[in-house]
Amino acid sequence: MKIILRIQRFNPETDDAPYYQEYTVSAAPTDRLLDALIHIKRFQDGSLAFRKSCAHGVCGSDAMRINGKDGLACKTLIKEVAEKDGDRITLTPLRHLPVQRDLIVDQDEFFQKYRSIKPFLINDEAVAEGERRQSQEERMRFDDTTNCILCAACYSACPILGENPDFLGPAAVAQAYRFLADTRDRGMAERRPVLDDPNGVWPCRNHFKCTESCPRGILITKRINQTKKMIRKEEKPTDQ
Amino acid sequence: MVHHFDTVIVGSGGAGLYAALEASERSRTAVLSKLYPVRSHTGAAQGGISAALGNVEEDKPEWHAYDTVKGGDYLVDQQAAKILTEEAVQAVYDLENRGLPFNRTPEGRIDQRRFGGHTRNFGEGPVRRACYAADRTGHMILQTLYQQCIKNQVAFFDEFQVVDLIMDGSTCGGVVAVELATGDLHVFGAKAVLFATGGFGRMFKITSNAFANTGDGPAVCARRGIPLMDMEFFQFHPTGILGLGILISEAVRGEGGILRNRDGERFMERYSPTLLDLAPRDIVSRSILTEVRAGKGIRGDRKIDDYVHLDATHLGRETLAAKLPDITSFCKTYLGVDPAEAPIPVLPTAHYAMGGIPTDVHGRVIMDRRGTIVDGLYAAGECACVSVHGANRLGTNSLLDLVVFGRRAGQHIGDYVKQADALPLSKDAPEAAREWIRRLTDGRSGPHGGHIMEEMQTAMMEKVGIYRNAGEMQQAVDAVKDLLARYLAVRVQDRGKQFNTDLLDTIELKSLLDLSLVTAASALNREESRGAHSREDFPDRDDDQWLKHTLAYLEGDDVRIDYKAVDTSIWEPKPRTY
Repeated sequence: MKIILRIQRFNPETDDAPYYQEYTVSAAPTDRLLDALIHIKRFQDGSLAFRKSCAHGVCGSDAMRINGKDGLACKTLIKEVAEKDGDRITLTPLRHLPVQRDLIVDQDEFFQKYRSIKPFLINDEAVAEGERRQSQEERMRFDDTTNCILCAACYSACPILGENPDFLGPAAVAQAYRFLADTRDRGMAERRPVLDDPNGVWPCRNHFKCTESCPRGILITKRINQTKKMIRKEEKPTDQ
Repeated sequence: MVHHFDTVIVGSGGAGLYAALEASERSRTAVLSKLYPVRSHTGAAQGGISAALGNVEEDKPEWHAYDTVKGGDYLVDQQAAKILTEEAVQAVYDLENRGLPFNRTPEGRIDQRRFGGHTRNFGEGPVRRACYAADRTGHMILQTLYQQCIKNQVAFFDEFQVVDLIMDGSTCGGVVAVELATGDLHVFGAKAVLFATGGFGRMFKITSNAFANTGDGPAVCARRGIPLMDMEFFQFHPTGILGLGILISEAVRGEGGILRNRDGERFMERYSPTLLDLAPRDIVSRSILTEVRAGKGIRGDRKIDDYVHLDATHLGRETLAAKLPDITSFCKTYLGVDPAEAPIPVLPTAHYAMGGIPTDVHGRVIMDRRGTIVDGLYAAGECACVSVHGANRLGTNSLLDLVVFGRRAGQHIGDYVKQADALPLSKDAPEAAREWIRRLTDGRSGPHGGHIMEEMQTAMMEKVGIYRNAGEMQQAVDAVKDLLARYLAVRVQDRGKQFNTDLLDTIELKSLLDLSLVTAASALNREESRGAHSREDFPDRDDDQWLKHTLAYLEGDDVRIDYKAVDTSIWEPKPRTY
């Protein structure tokens, strides 16, 4: 079918403000939205700028807003966002991050916040034998958070970041949880100053927009709440 | 802009990050990546990383080495395979110690599962050797290594595309790169450069590879006179999602999944009586294509895009959720198929380059048949060819390769840069790259690269695919040469400097064209069948003539072929049956 992609364009070298441009593309209902974007870039307009890589939802490059919802262009099929000939799909860049060009945003701040929670295993104890032991049950407590591909869809979806740009944001807190909930980690004391801060975990008010937007199915809001609980009690969770 | 470092690492997948961790401890190190670091295709590897831990049944590195050599149809350099499999054990422990969340056994140890071609006691039957984290083992390795780089404050230059290599005789002095954000050219002077740019499956139409897998490292090296080794050996993974090529991990078969033809027959019983569905990938891919050609594909029309079924319905929802959750999600998203209820339609997909930049076991790049080292130039991971994969890589050995040899290269670099002097950088260092970009962006009208890309991918898929013959490969060579000529007229449509992704796509297209030419020419030259290189006109392996590595030199639009001996110091080549 023929669909119309209505895409927000902005080139800082030539444009004062963003504007919309429309492209008509032939697409099958089961095509990925990314396929349509690639088609435009290869055969209609080489100047359209967007990021891409794996094309099946595991690298996190092509997060954008699709008809006002945050998601990955490669994990969204045309039939999910267009039903019939002539339907329009509106694409805009992620929110809460500076637009660099068209659908490309500067993810620096997002990664800075991720780095600030010390997203690595903290444990200086010597390992007696080759591997540390951990039960499968203990491992499953933080399983979903290890799915994170740092695509920043949740960061764009979070309404709190619209009011308070200094909020740590959903992904960084969920990744803090990933380590705090790991029986092998000893990093609560090192992470506490960043998490237990007015701009740390506390601004979250359970809108669940992050959870809804996550293309990897992470229960982000629940993990944020569990992190709050751990900060209060300094205990590791015992359930999933 | 000119930068000076001791060490420059190009690429931030598993090999690049592991090398960076080692090199940055002892030298001023910069990592250049055309993507943000966690976007690399290491993250798409699913099934596992092999090591003879023996956590669930008896296993030995020696068995693993033998399987690797036999899996590679004896084109593997055997001492390198020995290193790979012996260092595997500590490599996996290191990853665990650094935080990687492996699945666990009931005793809390790293769990292990079966994978194609991995056997106990020299081929007796499948062995559980693949350590795994659900079906996102590569993702977890990439994340863990990036996390460690954050911990160690490694310096990253994100979204820098390397376009040229600075050489003075046989010594490397750095690289030239384009910065995506500004369009500026940067010169990075360095005593040591490591290429870890990954694969180049995008030369084929149906591939499991990311858009980024365009082989920029090997292409840049080839254009500077460095040979590429064994490029004719390209692995087609048996199970890609129909039409899209998205990878369905071998772990599905490792957990018990079965391939079936239109009659519901488990056809691998006829091709590989011992290992069945867990035969090495080249064998399974050929078996699928043979079924399709015999009219036993699901449609039964004998066309090249007919397919077979991968049946995982008997594994049960619980196993699928715990051990194969991503696969389940891919099938639901892209096919509308729930693998717990219906078989998955699959066909082979271009997956992995066994060939690449030739190196020794320290990652040092080799420039000729005598093994002469290029001082200061290293390669590791899929873009390199050690060779531990020979003519066909075993599943899980790629993640192992990049961890083991990324680490070894990083360590060697740490020693090398201490005693090496920096080359004086010529003012002209960036001129060749500048001239190329100037031509691509000179404002003249010319064709866009999109059509050339499509024609290249179609030619390579149809004529240098799973089954090959001289006539078709010659057509592919001619077609790619014609496309290279047409490329000279290509112009970038995007007139901007900042985030000119059109320019980067056009640069990547040249990488793929050069590598397609080398691949097709190397394949045409090798007149035997071995591992993934299956010739209809030369169906047998010919050790007398062809037990040797190909070294292919790109010279303009021509390819000159030389050879290098294979190390068979441990096991005599034998017929390969499973």
